[in-house]
Amino acid sequence: MGVVIELISLSSIGIIFGVSIVAGTLGALLGLGGGIIIIPALTLLLGVDIRYAIGASVVSVIATSSGAAATYIRDRITNVRIGMFLEMATTTGAILGAYLSGLIHTRYLYFIFALVLGYSTLALFRRRNVELVSDATPHPLAWKFKLWGSYYDSALQQEIKYISSGVPPGFLVMLGAGVLSGLLGIGSGAFKVLAMDMFMKLPMKVSTATSNFMIGVTAAASAGIYFSHGYINPAIAGPVALGVVLGTIIGTRLMVRLRNATLRKIFLPVLLYISLEMLLKGLRG
Amino acid sequence: MNLSFSQSKSKKRISPLEIEDFISLSLRVGVIISSVIVALGLILFLLSAYTGFPGGDFPKSLHQVWTGLLSLNPLAIIAAGLLVLLATPIFRVAASLVTFFLQKDYQYTFIAGYVLFMLLLSLFLGKAE
Repeated sequence: MGVVIELISLSSIGIIFGVSIVAGTLGALLGLGGGIIIIPALTLLLGVDIRYAIGASVVSVIATSSGAAATYIRDRITNVRIGMFLEMATTTGAILGAYLSGLIHTRYLYFIFALVLGYSTLALFRRRNVELVSDATPHPLAWKFKLWGSYYDSALQQEIKYISSGVPPGFLVMLGAGVLSGLLGIGSGAFKVLAMDMFMKLPMKVSTATSNFMIGVTAAASAGIYFSHGYINPAIAGPVALGVVLGTIIGTRLMVRLRNATLRKIFLPVLLYISLEMLLKGLRG
Repeated sequence: MNLSFSQSKSKKRISPLEIEDFISLSLRVGVIISSVIVALGLILFLLSAYTGFPGGDFPKSLHQVWTGLLSLNPLAIIAAGLLVLLATPIFRVAASLVTFFLQKDYQYTFIAGYVLFMLLLSLFLGKAE
């Protein structure tokens, strides 16, 4: 456990803190947990044990979610009902995933998810300039489950009203996102954003903010296990938590000023990176 | 979009706002409490440079965190703050369940109850890695 002793130095805690601010900012903007920044930064930059990096990333997801969601809910950008409705799918999927983990080769799953994400990246690229979807037809279930809302868009300077279309495919992708996190232990925030943006046709801001709201619940489901297995090292996860919370303050302030189309363009390279990473993991077995 | 929002503009308009403010508050309180505890532990940790756990080890169970807290061990204080953070989303779901129930939105009370049940179930079934 030499790593822990080395990390006592003020400079490494400073680096962890700085990296976490960036992760929290990006996570709050895009509805992701920030694991894609925390894990490589800790392992490659500081040589932290991968288990501690994963534990820190779980902490980062919950810090991003709770830190950003508080602001987004207050500003009504997060749709609490849509989030809770879809959490039925993600939590069920997580249980399914945990149950399936002994039965399925994760290798094939990486391929499937890489394919889905790769396709979504293309689809998102085609829609990169779309500010708001205008041809959305409300799904009957959207009326039944009150999957609508409105928020004031500071960038467009108008009240945006929206209602969900494509509820069944959105719910199904959320189920898949849940399986993914139950099976592989990853946050799957990207899938959540895609389900809401592409299938349910919600405004991009509502999609990222509501994903942000949801990822905390997904991560909390596995947090207990990570803690009792000794993945959550306080000397590393502590500065991560503080840095990420600060980052979400920056991220939430930035996001309300951005246009939905700009948000999509920031999301694109991140999505491409995640799909390539999944493909690599599948190839390596 | 040319949609009818007559339902959302009815007199019930006020209740969902209250639900959201309450959920937002529950998250904010969780984040602030945990951040303050983690920051205190981290300052102590940097000042003392002494972990109190042999071989650079750290607390991994509620019992270890509790005994560490009693001796003001810096890593145990940070761990306690992190535990508050990890529990915040679960607390949020429980808080929404109560709020939906108080607002007599039984449809979403059921949904929140289902999510809470599955969440607690996966806490026991969950997998590390």
